[in-house]
Amino acid sequence: MAATSPSRVSASDTAGIDVTGAEALDWFKKMSLIRRFEERAEEAYGQGKIGGFLHLYIGEEAVAVGAMAALRPDDDVITHYRDHGYVLARGVEPKRVMAELYGKATGLSKGKGGSMHMADVKRHVWGGYAIVGGHIPLATGLALANQYRKLPHVVACFFGEGATNIGTFFAGLNLAAVWKLALVAIVENNRYGMGTAFERVSAVSDVYKKACAFDIPAEQIDGNDVLAVRDAVHRMVERSRAGGGPQLIEAMTYRFRGHSMGDPQRYRTKEEVEEAKARDPIVRWRRTVLTSGLAAKTDLEKIRDEVEAEVEEAVRFAENSPAPDPSELCSDVLVSE
Amino acid sequence: MQVTYIQAINQAMHEEMARDENVLILGEDVGILGGAFKATEGLLEKFGSERVVDTPIAESLIVGAGVGLAIQGMRAICEMQFIDFISCGFDQIVNMAATLRYRHGGQASCPIVVRGPCGAGVHGGIYHSQNPEAWFFHIPGLKIVAPATAYDAKGLLKAAIRDDDPVIYLEHKFLYRRIKEEIPEGEFIVPIGKAALRKEGRDMTVITYGSPVHAVMKAAKDMASEVDIEVIDLRTLLPLDWKTIRTSVTKTGKALIVHEARRNGGIGGEIAARIAEELFDFLDGPILRVASRDTHNAFATPLEEYIIPNQERITEAIRKLASY
Repeated sequence: MAATSPSRVSASDTAGIDVTGAEALDWFKKMSLIRRFEERAEEAYGQGKIGGFLHLYIGEEAVAVGAMAALRPDDDVITHYRDHGYVLARGVEPKRVMAELYGKATGLSKGKGGSMHMADVKRHVWGGYAIVGGHIPLATGLALANQYRKLPHVVACFFGEGATNIGTFFAGLNLAAVWKLALVAIVENNRYGMGTAFERVSAVSDVYKKACAFDIPAEQIDGNDVLAVRDAVHRMVERSRAGGGPQLIEAMTYRFRGHSMGDPQRYRTKEEVEEAKARDPIVRWRRTVLTSGLAAKTDLEKIRDEVEAEVEEAVRFAENSPAPDPSELCSDVLVSE
Repeated sequence: MQVTYIQAINQAMHEEMARDENVLILGEDVGILGGAFKATEGLLEKFGSERVVDTPIAESLIVGAGVGLAIQGMRAICEMQFIDFISCGFDQIVNMAATLRYRHGGQASCPIVVRGPCGAGVHGGIYHSQNPEAWFFHIPGLKIVAPATAYDAKGLLKAAIRDDDPVIYLEHKFLYRRIKEEIPEGEFIVPIGKAALRKEGRDMTVITYGSPVHAVMKAAKDMASEVDIEVIDLRTLLPLDWKTIRTSVTKTGKALIVHEARRNGGIGGEIAARIAEELFDFLDGPILRVASRDTHNAFATPLEEYIIPNQERITEAIRKLASY
């Protein structure tokens, strides 16, 4: 691949399986955790225990898990609002994420952020952002700080395809390229901006092609193949860390649920959703793990039970946690309060 | 040392960048050109292009990258070439910077300064004359300062750079080279959140900030035989120094608010409402406002002079209030 020409890499390009048994199980566990966690969040939402807006990541788990597997713990992560998967894949305790969804004092942001703004600064997770594309300039700034301080950290900036028609996408990646920053933009293309099919509103509907505006390397990959994601992100991140400047990955995926809860989904057919579900990233990885002998069926069953217990514990923790005290309302507004 | 208002701004940045290597400046033409008004003159030569960063004119990026730097523990000065262009960075200020700490449950802070030339009087027209403070006054999580003197310009900018919260610093371009004053050689800071009592008086309180402070002071002097005016220069608009306003209005029983920003939805309205709510028993007359007329900043000289508060309108309002 020419260093600056965007290209397409399919899952079949991932020759061989370069992954250990422990990694294989870890990824299976994390993807299963995200899935089960969100199914329980969906139930709690239906019961009125979680309010507001809930955007589920179900179907896209391989992107977060594959990407986090390629990042170092001190690499910086900043994301869009469909963000439960990223923090769980990064290793944040599920109970603190669930408590945040419940709006409890024990939540990741003390109940002040909610579903769309998960941040865990000590894990270099700088937050979910619910203004589409609004966080891309922040990613440029995070990477500029790392460059100025000569730190070997790469910034992974996640956003959806819908953010790539917004000015901040161009402003942010342009200067990242001018300044040769260590930044990897990971675009999750789930094909719909809420109910609007991407090709209806984007002059160029292959996001990776837009990278030519910044003259940076870009790849389109199968975002439902956790190994392909890990490999592509690893390749891009290490190239960026080595001074190769910003990179862009377009991970093709699909969300199985609506945009948020209560989405009638008139913009797509049931057949299309079913077809996508046949490419379920967890089912695929399970099959790969078993057929390649990376783990036994009993290992996977054990993990499924562990995940179930962990998610139930998270729900219990969230339900039993106290609501934030009203006195919290005006704290954390300014440092100098 | 006699310095102009813009020299004071320049000195503040030189001193703070020398004091703290975490301070960076981002903006269009801040480096090689030294700033459209020379506010950043000499910074590139002294601190290098890693710290004095020329950007394209993309305010969402100038502010947003500043926020990214700030959450990593740096301190970014984000220059708007004209403060009118801050509208292009609005989302980054109100949705990203202002909410950051709250959204993260106190896990991070956002020490950025967004500064740039505001104000009319130089025939800048529609997009080079505005006073945007009211757009931001509504937003928790921000601070807003607006110096009227060279001393305050320097002291407040140094305070803003050291502040751990996002600060909008409004420098009035009409004052850049029109005022000059003696300021101390050594280190000084003007604390954010403290108004200055520019003149004591018994008959009425005039609350003002920015460029009109000078016209109000002139009025106070010229009208001294008619009325004894107390003048408060707010200096910080958010958070308001309510204590100073309260003390003064309780004493004088009358309040006039003068600002160059438009009257409709301006900060004067909020101050007036608070005085009416909390100090009604002390009032001996209506709370009056003098502000720009509610239209756009015009280019032609007579139109611009008609829009912004001038000496005559200030005098007239003072006389009207004195008659109660």
